Amino acid sequence: MSAAGAVLARELTLAFRSGGGAGLGLAFFLIAVLLVPLGVGPEPERLAGLAAGTLWIGALLACLLSLDRIFQADQEDGSLDILALSPLPLEALVALKAVAHWLTTGLPLVAAAPLLALTLHLPAPAYPWLVASLAVGTPALSFLGAIGAAVTVGIRRGGLLLSILVLPLYLPSLIFGARAAASAAEGADPWPAFMLLGGLTLFVLALAPPAAAAALRANLR
Amino acid sequence: MGLTVTDLSCTRGGRLILRGLSFALGSGETLILRGPNGSGKSTLLRALAGLLPASGRMEIDGRAVGGEGRADAVAYAGHLDAIKPQLTVAENLRFWARLFGGDPGAALAAFDLGPLAERPAHLCSAGQKRRICLARLLVAPRRLWLLDEPTVALDADATGRLLRVLREHAAGGGLAIVATHVPLDLAPARELVLAAEAQTASAAGDPFLQGAWT
Repeated sequence: MSAAGAVLARELTLAFRSGGGAGLGLAFFLIAVLLVPLGVGPEPERLAGLAAGTLWIGALLACLLSLDRIFQADQEDGSLDILALSPLPLEALVALKAVAHWLTTGLPLVAAAPLLALTLHLPAPAYPWLVASLAVGTPALSFLGAIGAAVTVGIRRGGLLLSILVLPLYLPSLIFGARAAASAAEGADPWPAFMLLGGLTLFVLALAPPAAAAALRANLR
Repeated sequence: MGLTVTDLSCTRGGRLILRGLSFALGSGETLILRGPNGSGKSTLLRALAGLLPASGRMEIDGRAVGGEGRADAVAYAGHLDAIKPQLTVAENLRFWARLFGGDPGAALAAFDLGPLAERPAHLCSAGQKRRICLARLLVAPRRLWLLDEPTVALDADATGRLLRVLREHAAGGGLAIVATHVPLDLAPARELVLAAEAQTASAAGDPFLQGAWT
């Protein structure tokens, strides 16, 4: 347990030290979402229809920004070799790094979403569903991202390749997450989409650690 | 009792780097690994650390070492120092100590890192970073140390400290394999000289590498 706590504490410390990138995702999210009223016009009715989808797409892209550093920084300075030789299994390392990524990237997005929803005139009944769908959906984004980051860890400038690999995997979460919030906005039943989103996240949480650990083992060679 | 390596072979990029290597090391003995650049010293150390796929057998005290069991027996210090520049010297060592389940105090003292403890690692010189990297060996007891050119960037005083640490490790029955190009004054040491780069290709079975080194 102490080893796991050490890794999580180290990841969070590094994220908040200079150059760690915590807060960058949030800043990108704020700017990207505020571009939408400027691009499509300020009419409240039009924005209300776009709000849920826009916020979900913004969150997804913000999440992508910091994925490439999850393992790459450790690979470049040799830490990954030592971590692979530690008593902590690689699967646990992947899970802890994905959790740290979510805490520093996903969680701030969830917290900022209601504020941005206000600027997009999201209908009032949809607020709790938007927050709930992001809270349940964004962990899957971090864990899927960890798979992509592990696959591209040995590649110079692998960030773009990582985005191309990971974005298709994000589609199901985007579809069900945005649908749950949009259904609530339209007065329809959000539960079916929300349940599917939750199931999807659980599936990804179970699948991602062994998949990313296998990719890391292959890349260590 | 000690370390026994039998018939170790390792292929990288279709080229056989190590072929059927066997050696044994008694308790408290140090193996100095020599050979020209590209002769496979780093490959051997990484293969023994389990960081490269290799065939063959490795036993410590008669028990086969592999998979998860390796983490409790082996400590590795390669060319890269594995230091986070954003953390201080003490924070770097404290992290490894918590991860491996040990205490960073003795490690800081052995390489005279006490005065540097609160300095951010990105402000340390190459030799100081090397000392942090070597101090990591001491945060938790491991039977076998694998050191890849540990003296690079070290001054005379730090090299002396490294030798003292290696002698203490050996005196406690520890095993060490050190790849180096400089003479090291270690008394109960054996030498293994790897031959210059072998031009043998083993491209068979890999259509992409067929004929690459013939």
